[in-house]
Amino acid sequence: MRTRLGGMATATLPAGLADAIRDDASLRRFLHGLPGVDQVGIEQRAASLGTRSIKKAAKLWAIDTAISMVDLTTLEGADTHGKVRALAAKARRPDPERPDTPPVAAVCVYPDLAATAVEALRGSGIGVASVATAFPSGRSGRDVKLADVALAVRSGASEVDMVIDRGAFLEGRYGQVFEEIQAVKAACGDAHLKVILETGELGTYDNVRRAAWLALLAGGDFVKTSTGKVSPAATLPGTHVLLQAVRDWYTATGELRGVKPAGGIRTTKDAIRYLVAVHEVAGPEWLTPGLFRFGASSLLNDLLLQRRTQLDGHYSGPDYVTQD
Amino acid sequence: MAEQRRARVPVAKTYKLYVGGQFPRSESGRSYPVSDAKGRFLANAAHASRKDVRDAVVAARKAFPGWAGATAYNRGQVLYRVAEMLEGRREQFAAEVAASEGISGGKAQSVVDTAVDRWVWYAGWTDKIATVLGAANPVAGPYFSFTVPEPTGVVGVLAPQRSSLLGLVSVLAPALASGCTAVVVSSAQRPLPAITLSEVLATSDVPAGVVNVLTGRADELGPWLASHGDVDALDPTGAGAEARTELAREAAGTVKRVLTVPAGEPDWTERPDIARLRRYLEPKTVWHPMGG
Repeated sequence: MRTRLGGMATATLPAGLADAIRDDASLRRFLHGLPGVDQVGIEQRAASLGTRSIKKAAKLWAIDTAISMVDLTTLEGADTHGKVRALAAKARRPDPERPDTPPVAAVCVYPDLAATAVEALRGSGIGVASVATAFPSGRSGRDVKLADVALAVRSGASEVDMVIDRGAFLEGRYGQVFEEIQAVKAACGDAHLKVILETGELGTYDNVRRAAWLALLAGGDFVKTSTGKVSPAATLPGTHVLLQAVRDWYTATGELRGVKPAGGIRTTKDAIRYLVAVHEVAGPEWLTPGLFRFGASSLLNDLLLQRRTQLDGHYSGPDYVTQD
Repeated sequence: MAEQRRARVPVAKTYKLYVGGQFPRSESGRSYPVSDAKGRFLANAAHASRKDVRDAVVAARKAFPGWAGATAYNRGQVLYRVAEMLEGRREQFAAEVAASEGISGGKAQSVVDTAVDRWVWYAGWTDKIATVLGAANPVAGPYFSFTVPEPTGVVGVLAPQRSSLLGLVSVLAPALASGCTAVVVSSAQRPLPAITLSEVLATSDVPAGVVNVLTGRADELGPWLASHGDVDALDPTGAGAEARTELAREAAGTVKRVLTVPAGEPDWTERPDIARLRRYLEPKTVWHPMGG
């Protein structure tokens, strides 16, 4: 069966990559031809980079950079318009007592609440990310998924976080996943597309690498580790694999694509470990909110507490930041 | 047989901290040798750093709602159970107190007994203190007005430097009986009874994080506890007289309650009163409309 893959412009891709997406079989050949991930090696490298000590001025810089990279997230069934507005206020001014604290990168909500977030963040320059495509499981028909995306885009979301069909991916129906990402990308219009791979459900690092390349080939602007609803969520070694993929993509095509670890990053120490990994694996040009994000809710408060500790010279406590 | 016994190499111990129900090493990786009163090596103890203080305060804060919210009766039962376990370890405590403080076995035994009794004494107060310090206030209006004491929060305790068990129990038990959670910095030179107490607490019914024991120097850790934004009260007993002034100044930044303690180390065998319990409690007054 030789099915031609979707209608995206492939003219800009170099010959090797353009050939990869010619049809189903060549896509499979390309993804299975990717070099395997050395599991022991990558876990060891992630652990050794995690021990790097960042102190004083560098730490303060890292904290501020991390704050500006946070996608402040609320994805609960119990979310209300009021909660989204409160979150938006926090996104604008994370620490009202210290107005020099940078704002976060974006607020991440369900599509039906995107309009509220857009309204609350108007004029701030802070993005609104909306999850879509039957988040978090991705189990629905394509027309439903696309309608979900359309709702997010119509509401004014500047970023769409889609989930891939893990079932199709694990069954080896790569072409279907590829076309779905392309269709969502087309439905996004000007909005940035983040492709959630849900690495915790993919099983192996090899699969994570394949999914990352699949998402990049199909036009995802970001590859994102997880929905935050599955454990394990973001892990350092898993993020290493994604960072390698975007760096290799840059080498092959000259295009910069982003990475977003999400879920389970709760402390400043964790966040700084991720920043070290970004710097060492992808490169310093990725240390910007345009190319690296944290999907997190409780991380922001810990960053704010650590920022206060650095500036005040003594430890702070949860009484000094807003709890949501 | 005798020859075999002589040949045995004793197990040299390196103790760790007690934080959040776990026994972690110091974040700094430091440890220091502990000697008995005559300078002979006893064991190694972890040398806690400011980051251990930070972790301990986080653990204590996490444990606070559960411990403060437990009924007074339940808290009392949990503390009685600790006293039972202290009793069960009498021999070990007596040996450690004797070695640490350089006193005779008989004297150490009596110190341990007093410490257990002290613990029971405070355990008994848990369900009585509200009656003594609370009130039904007479007010000029159709209201009931009650005042009830509530625990203040996380307490930093610099334990006495000389009295390693009785002194420790006398400063720790009131914080627990009042419903507060504690971060204790043990005596620097005589930490072994505090370490054994933390082993007792770990296997008792006291929830993880309610007591956190750091072995190390009060003059190093005290200022971090005093300035910490998430510590609500400080007992500076184990700090020197001059250091206490500095601690009080540091604590003022976060309007922390600092206990007034005698200049020298008091005679811990004396019968206590409820002054320490009172310092860890905040009065809450409730107005309720009368029917009719």
